[in-house]
Amino acid sequence: MGEPAFVHQAVLLSLVLFAIGALGVFLRRNVITVLMCIELMLNGANLAFVAFSRAAGTLDGQVLVFFVMVVAAAEASVGLAIVIALHRHKDTLDVDAFNVMKG
Amino acid sequence: MSELTTLDLLLPFAVLLLPLAGFVVLALFGDWINKDKEQSGACWLACGTVLAAFGFAVATCLRLYAVAGGKEGLRFTQPYLGFEWIEAASFRVPLNLLIDPLTCVMMLVVSGIGSLIHIYSVGYMAHDEERVRFFSYLNLFTFFMLLLVMGGSLPLLFVGWEGVGLCSYLLIGFWYKKDSASAAGLKAFVVNRIGDVGLILGMIFIFHAFGSLDLVDIADNAGALAPEAFGVFGPVTIACLLLFVGATGKSAQIPLHVWLPDAMEGPTPVSALIHAATMVTAGVYLTARLGPLYHQSETALMVVAVVGAVTALMAGTIAIVQTDIKRVLAYSTVSQLGFMFLAAGMGAFGVAVFHLYTHAFFKALLFLGSGSVIHAMSGEQDMRRMGGLRSKIPWTFGTFLIGTLAISGIPYFAGFYSKDEILLSAIHHPALFGIALFTALLTAAYMSRLLFLTFFGEFRGGHEAEHHLHESPWTMLGPLVILAIGSVVSGYALFPGHAGARIRLPEVIQPVFRLGESPLHHVSWVPVAATIGALVGILIAWYLYLAMPGVRAGLARALRPALAVFSAKYYFDHVYDGFVKHVVVKGSEHLLWTRVDAGFIDGAVNGLGTLMRGIARSLRPVQTGFVRHYALLLLAGAVAVVSYLLSSAGRVHL
Repeated sequence: MGEPAFVHQAVLLSLVLFAIGALGVFLRRNVITVLMCIELMLNGANLAFVAFSRAAGTLDGQVLVFFVMVVAAAEASVGLAIVIALHRHKDTLDVDAFNVMKG
Repeated sequence: MSELTTLDLLLPFAVLLLPLAGFVVLALFGDWINKDKEQSGACWLACGTVLAAFGFAVATCLRLYAVAGGKEGLRFTQPYLGFEWIEAASFRVPLNLLIDPLTCVMMLVVSGIGSLIHIYSVGYMAHDEERVRFFSYLNLFTFFMLLLVMGGSLPLLFVGWEGVGLCSYLLIGFWYKKDSASAAGLKAFVVNRIGDVGLILGMIFIFHAFGSLDLVDIADNAGALAPEAFGVFGPVTIACLLLFVGATGKSAQIPLHVWLPDAMEGPTPVSALIHAATMVTAGVYLTARLGPLYHQSETALMVVAVVGAVTALMAGTIAIVQTDIKRVLAYSTVSQLGFMFLAAGMGAFGVAVFHLYTHAFFKALLFLGSGSVIHAMSGEQDMRRMGGLRSKIPWTFGTFLIGTLAISGIPYFAGFYSKDEILLSAIHHPALFGIALFTALLTAAYMSRLLFLTFFGEFRGGHEAEHHLHESPWTMLGPLVILAIGSVVSGYALFPGHAGARIRLPEVIQPVFRLGESPLHHVSWVPVAATIGALVGILIAWYLYLAMPGVRAGLARALRPALAVFSAKYYFDHVYDGFVKHVVVKGSEHLLWTRVDAGFIDGAVNGLGTLMRGIARSLRPVQTGFVRHYALLLLAGAVAVVSYLLSSAGRVHL
């Protein structure tokens, strides 16, 4: 397996990961599951970064991945805090229960 | 003969700024200076600034003569302080003053007669609580009027022009608690504004034709323009006619004369200063100042002459039937201004200014005299309640008599000389000459009528009023005496000319018009005819009002249709009133308000709002409130953008 083929497969995998995450965000109704699916999308993107970094022979993509991981950690803590607030507010974690912004 | 120094160039500046300084001080500290209502320190301060301005004006004129030595075309014009007021491409207006013989005459008239009227006002307004406001306005007026006559370019003249209009409005409506006074002020302001539009358009046309608004430039270059024959409407004719619209507004010529008689609501010194001696002559000054330009257009000159002659005649006939002493004088002013325009229209600009100058003396005298009468009568202005005042207020009577003789054109009084020259200037136009001569007769008749009704016969005001009759204080009589002297000598006063010669006023200012020597040739029968006309006018008035008053009723019956027209002032006010009520008000209400404003403009604005609400309503379902729908839209958008970028770059190979 040569270098380009590896990159090709890695990008495909990242696409799959991203798609699974996106579908989860759109289809699942539990807030925690949605959060986890967002993590999945972030990591799919991370994988693409790393693969392209490898292909380009620079470290830029890998540096970006570290940034994404830090932001993801922050996002996870904020997201879980919101989940707790939501649960306290409506006693449910069904995303469809929260539609006060309906036009 | 000597050279101009920097000091000389600052002299006119002092003339201009002293009254302005007086206004500022009075406006800010006037009440503080006059702590006690009885004090008149602030009033004397106002007089002082104008008197000082007069002194500086005399000094300016003397220096002009000393430097130019009576040579032709003498003038100095200087961009003071090197300051450019407006600078836009080729449109440049420096802040410069123009001092030439015409300016000198106007400057001396404005500041000289202005000083006398200021002093008179100290006495006349002695019992008015708001004297400080009055004097601050008077000072402001003097400043603007001086700016009008000293400004070296049309825009600067226009600043003065608008300024005097403002002061006129403020002073007509000085007793603003009186409804008729504030209404008269508004009328004056609005009618003047109509004229001002003409003036602005005229300035635009002149700039178009000359590329300059500098008065010296215009006068110097006017001769090079192609003369426009009668009936040709070239740029010069249009510019002159537009400027003349401005002049008719300011100088109360038909059809914009309607404001001046109403302006008599103001205090009498205001009528004397603004509405007789100075401001209303601004139109004549403007026409004379641009004389070289008018000279190139026969149409414009003829329009000026005809409007002047018709105004003189109409105002003269109206004056005959007025009963308010000040209104007679107001129509008389309109009539005399018509005479000036007649002379200007005949191309005799020097003569027009000559009459302006003699008229300033005797009309200011007559107005101040009438003020003295009104003062004696404790505010009564109706001549039918006066009579026999000659022995009660002898000084007022004596000076008023001189003023009447002067305006009637009796030989050896000022009006005779200027009116004689006006008649001479019109001698080649029999119709205009006839109108002028007949108006001269009318002038003598209505002024004598005023004199006889007021000062002769029996007192008709009742015992109470008769008991209160009193001669005015010296502050009022002093200016009357000085003006009376001026009304006699100003007609034949001589001025230093070239090489020690003594020349008359029209010759002094003739070089300003760049038209060579004055074309008037004296005709011996004209002054005789004018004198006979004046005497006939006086005799008719004497016959009807003193000798045989019984004849009057019969005559009035015989002439009823004509007198009705005169009393109704030729229905000008009726027509304007009808126009405003029916066309302006109704048109605004039924067309502009209900149709254009409420229908079209409001409709467009509200329609736009309704349209937006409709669009928003149809788009509202997009906002479901479900976060994942928004996320889906985000993703779809991102996919669309990325796929567009990739496909356009032609690099899609997964």
